[in-house]
Amino acid sequence: MAADAAGARRTPWMLLSPSLATISLLLIVPMLFIVVYSFWLRTATGADQVGFYFDNWIEVLGDRFYRDILFQTLLIAFYTTVICALVGYIPAYFVANTRMKSKAFLLLLLMLPFWISYIIRTMSWINILGTSGALNTLFLSMGIIDDPIQMLYNQQTVVLGLVHYLLPFMILNVYVSLDGIDKNLTEAAKSLGCTGFQAFREVTLPLSMPGLAAGSLLCFVLAAGTYITPIVLGGPRDAMFANLVFEAIVTQLNWPLGSALSLVLLALLGALVVIYTRYLGIDQIAKSFK
Amino acid sequence: MDDTKRYERLLNRFRDGDISRRTFLTALGAAGVTAGITGGPMGMLARKAMAATPEQVRFDGWGGVVSEAFEKYAFAPYTEKTGIDVVSGTFGGADEYIARVKASQPGEFNLAHLSGVFDYARYHGLELTSELNEANIPNLKNVIPTLIDPLRKITGGTLSAVPYDYGTTGIAYNRKYISDDEAKAKGAKLMVDEAYKGKIGGWGEWKTRIWYGALQSDQDPNGIKDIDAVWDMIRAHRDLALKYWSSGAELMSLLAEEEIYVTEGWSGRIKALQDQGHDIGYLDPAGGLGWQECLFVLRGSPMAACEELLNFMLEPEVAIAVAEGQSYPPALDPQKIELGDTIPTLPAFDPSGTLASLSFFDPAYWNENEADWSKTFSRVQRGY
Repeated sequence: MAADAAGARRTPWMLLSPSLATISLLLIVPMLFIVVYSFWLRTATGADQVGFYFDNWIEVLGDRFYRDILFQTLLIAFYTTVICALVGYIPAYFVANTRMKSKAFLLLLLMLPFWISYIIRTMSWINILGTSGALNTLFLSMGIIDDPIQMLYNQQTVVLGLVHYLLPFMILNVYVSLDGIDKNLTEAAKSLGCTGFQAFREVTLPLSMPGLAAGSLLCFVLAAGTYITPIVLGGPRDAMFANLVFEAIVTQLNWPLGSALSLVLLALLGALVVIYTRYLGIDQIAKSFK
Repeated sequence: MDDTKRYERLLNRFRDGDISRRTFLTALGAAGVTAGITGGPMGMLARKAMAATPEQVRFDGWGGVVSEAFEKYAFAPYTEKTGIDVVSGTFGGADEYIARVKASQPGEFNLAHLSGVFDYARYHGLELTSELNEANIPNLKNVIPTLIDPLRKITGGTLSAVPYDYGTTGIAYNRKYISDDEAKAKGAKLMVDEAYKGKIGGWGEWKTRIWYGALQSDQDPNGIKDIDAVWDMIRAHRDLALKYWSSGAELMSLLAEEEIYVTEGWSGRIKALQDQGHDIGYLDPAGGLGWQECLFVLRGSPMAACEELLNFMLEPEVAIAVAEGQSYPPALDPQKIELGDTIPTLPAFDPSGTLASLSFFDPAYWNENEADWSKTFSRVQRGY
């Protein structure tokens, strides 16, 4: 009996062991190495000095420069998320409620951007917004402007590039949420005297909040961790926190400092996810609108 | 005791019956895990074993026409003669490559087309240099001595690389908006001229920014007395600039599309733009920046095989073809080798072979300040 009980206790762990091993090897062990690295130091030659030093942490946590860039990063991520939410809700609503037979085709169109490299998609804005780009060429040919407008290489184009990159994530999350709403609920609201807009505001929008929240979290985290977009579409000053990580590790060969920086970003975004799950989790959001 | 001896001793103990097969394999396995996670003796042993009888050597370069020329004129005949394959890889920048090498085991990367002399010193600082047997590279005698000497100085008289080509980072300007006379009169200060605000570019690399900041503040870049004045010039340039470019392709695009009118630029890339019909002027200002590229052999590589490949690559036919492909003069001494009709027309070409008119990074000076300056530049770039 005792042996059977022990075997029964072991079975779930045995079944879980491949997953646990994979997660440990691919996530936990590399993360631990980054933690260890963050306590090392970079020598003058670029080699690492093994030891247990707090210098990197003191610098990262005590230096205003890093705080400012972190704040700027969060701000850009926030703008991106808000725009994605506002812009993404409409197509998600349309796809979820369309009676067209080609709904699957519309969903395929949503997935289409993922087939093209993110870098290529980002760079495409240079051909659209550049001095010799499509927009300037169009405006010049129509006589709307006399000289090309400088639209590229500023924080707005960084946000634009991020919205372009992240919009499909938002649309898909909202769509899934909208698609799961029982259509009878809006019909019932209308039968009780709601106008179409009131039914949307009182029924559809609250019930779609879990998807909107999940999409927002995803967009925010991905936006805050990007570094390609500021490089391609930003000006000299435009940088996000991940650019500092990239520079520390690649340009300055300062892996210990880069590790400390990346852990700060990880901790911050991880904390956001934890707070979201704990206090604004999907269930909590749904309940708050009941 | 080095790692090879340590391994041989372990093997001998097993053969002599001093340790069991299980203990031997356990020791090897433990070393393997250690090497896999941290690098170390097992990894080095594996690479040393590979280096002893190489079936292939790995070459990393900038890709494009340069790699095509290498493939056609050097790698193919080399493989035909030696039976050793050349695995060709590419990288986007010197910093990216050194980060990859730092994360690798010795022997994983063999040869690379790198920037000298600064990076040569960095690799030496990271103990990644090797020691070439120059007797195996007879074509080395055709290389400009001025390019070899700085490398030799860093590695104590020996070489870990052979110089391959050289060029300059001068001022490129759109002649539609900036005349040759104006560019010549203003020199490096053209890039901090408020008249061109929003139409100025620059390479977002700390060394080049500081070099030009020094010129703009009337200082010797290899002996800066007032670094604050340099940072001020970099700030002035930053506030006037539209974009810091990060690759040759981006540089060419910004100039060709007239997003910017003036920037510093790489001589070969500007020549390529001119060849495409763009009216771009190019000026090496007083104290303008010269540089060389070298073919570097990394520590742990199969030396004899690499030396033979270097000799192939220094054959005049190969070096000239590559030079014409990338529009940078080869490191071959024009006083010793006939370089044909095209090479003398390339920007930065010095028919005397002395390169006396060019200024190069003083590797000792710049490496000494690298950690501090690269970090400070990152801040200045972001508005500090």
